[in-house]
Amino acid sequence: MRSALKNIIYNCRQATFLIEKRIAEKITAAETLQLHIHLAGCSVCKIYQQQSILINKVFVGFKNSDFKLDEAFKKTLNEKIEKEINKN
Amino acid sequence: MQNETEKEDTIKTPHSDPLHWVEKYADYLYGFAMSRIRDEDVAKDLVQDTFLAGLQRLDGFEGNSKEKTWLTAILKNKIADFYRKHSSHNLKVGSIEDKVKGFFDADSGHWTENDYPRAFGLEIDNPLMMKELGVILNDCLTKLPGLWFSVFSMKHMDDLASELICTELKLSTANFWVIMHRTKLNLRACLQKNWN
Repeated sequence: MRSALKNIIYNCRQATFLIEKRIAEKITAAETLQLHIHLAGCSVCKIYQQQSILINKVFVGFKNSDFKLDEAFKKTLNEKIEKEINKN
Repeated sequence: MQNETEKEDTIKTPHSDPLHWVEKYADYLYGFAMSRIRDEDVAKDLVQDTFLAGLQRLDGFEGNSKEKTWLTAILKNKIADFYRKHSSHNLKVGSIEDKVKGFFDADSGHWTENDYPRAFGLEIDNPLMMKELGVILNDCLTKLPGLWFSVFSMKHMDDLASELICTELKLSTANFWVIMHRTKLNLRACLQKNWN
């Protein structure tokens, strides 16, 4: 535990890893403590955490309707379907 | 006249009407696919495959579910197939390691000076700014290795448990988390680089 703590206090690689794990699922109580201590002293990783959460928010906010098919492709699609129906 | 209406009714339910599929569902299905696979050509192919598969399985459509739900279920399977095929192509963790060189000092684990996160200077309650950020993020997403995008999307778009994603993509748990970490590091760096 002591070495784990020592490890994380100065280790931004490990801290950002735990941040991601916590956002996506969950981390252990010990990891939570380690991360808490790291973030208390590391403003850069705090910015990282904010931005990481923001990225997820924007990503999940993409709507299906943001993407549209072009009419030409729809036309060929329709033709393919018609052809397929007439085959049977 | 009355007879005609009745006749039409019996034809419509519970049968499906493929001639109107494109008009009714193509955009929706395409959006669904694009949200999960950021590749226009692949998404188009998947939509087409979905319709064709639907045609072949028309007999199996019993009208218990809505046409849209039924077609979406077919598309979901196609997407899962795509993920599986895709993932087997680039499973080398070595290539993952390469992508992250430079973010942290190898010995200390500190951010390297070039890469450390700086504030975006963003007003999150400004819809225009958020929209602009979305456009850039979209661009950054297309630059990710396919497997990474798949993992990221399955986790956040479909909200799947990590164990399930690992099984689907034949990933170890350790590799899964490495990819999740690297994906975000790369996305964030890409945003910082392109956001002025």
